[in-house]
Amino acid sequence: MSEVVKKFMYLNRKAPYGTIYAWEALEVVLIGAAFDQDVCVMFVDDGVYQLTKGQDTKGIGMKNFSPTYRTLGDYEVKRIFVDRASLEARGLTQEDLVEIAWEDFETEEEIENIVEVVDAARVSELMNESDAIFSF
Amino acid sequence: MSDTIEVDGKQFAVDEEGYLADLNDWVPGVAGVMAKQDNLELTDEHWDIINFLREYYEEYQIAPAVRVLTKAVGKKLGKEKGNSKYLYSLFPYGPAKQACRFAGLPKPTGCV
Repeated sequence: MSEVVKKFMYLNRKAPYGTIYAWEALEVVLIGAAFDQDVCVMFVDDGVYQLTKGQDTKGIGMKNFSPTYRTLGDYEVKRIFVDRASLEARGLTQEDLVEIAWEDFETEEEIENIVEVVDAARVSELMNESDAIFSF
Repeated sequence: MSDTIEVDGKQFAVDEEGYLADLNDWVPGVAGVMAKQDNLELTDEHWDIINFLREYYEEYQIAPAVRVLTKAVGKKLGKEKGNSKYLYSLFPYGPAKQACRFAGLPKPTGCV
């Protein structure tokens, strides 16, 4: 059986709360991870807030799903990118973002943090090489 | 399936697939009653997985898909337990779905 592996990009542009987009996108990524495609997740614009540390949703009565991003490595989603300009425009740096670890259980190869901050040229390049982009 | 289950004389609401409506309601007796409905006797090995799932949920706020559970169990409880044969021997209706239900968690993300 021949299988076509496509390059999917999940593009996250919105703040984590206020709309359902961020949570829905994360669920789609986790569910889609079962299909063994080549997946990357990109955070741009207000989407970068989705990865910020220390989120507290008590005041708005919503579930704080920020810890769930840290399971992306477990789901074998290994390519996670953040647009540097979007971070800088919001006064944020990589220090403000959660770390997502990945480990190969067979070889015990481990990557402490797979979140990669990239510049605009790399963002375009990654978009261009994707077969499909799902924008949330 | 009824919309509540009775545990030690108390009623607990469940959804149409038998998952506990509010995971904060969970007490260990819930797992026992659910297991009985499925004709299972819970052993320490079952409890290792149920407790593991509750810890996983506590940390990550989701119930893991079965292959993620398998990998994570292998890491935490030893390689001989991190395979689907072992987990299915404990939870014949599917380790993620059935064990998550016993643990009071929602249906796993990634189970389609």
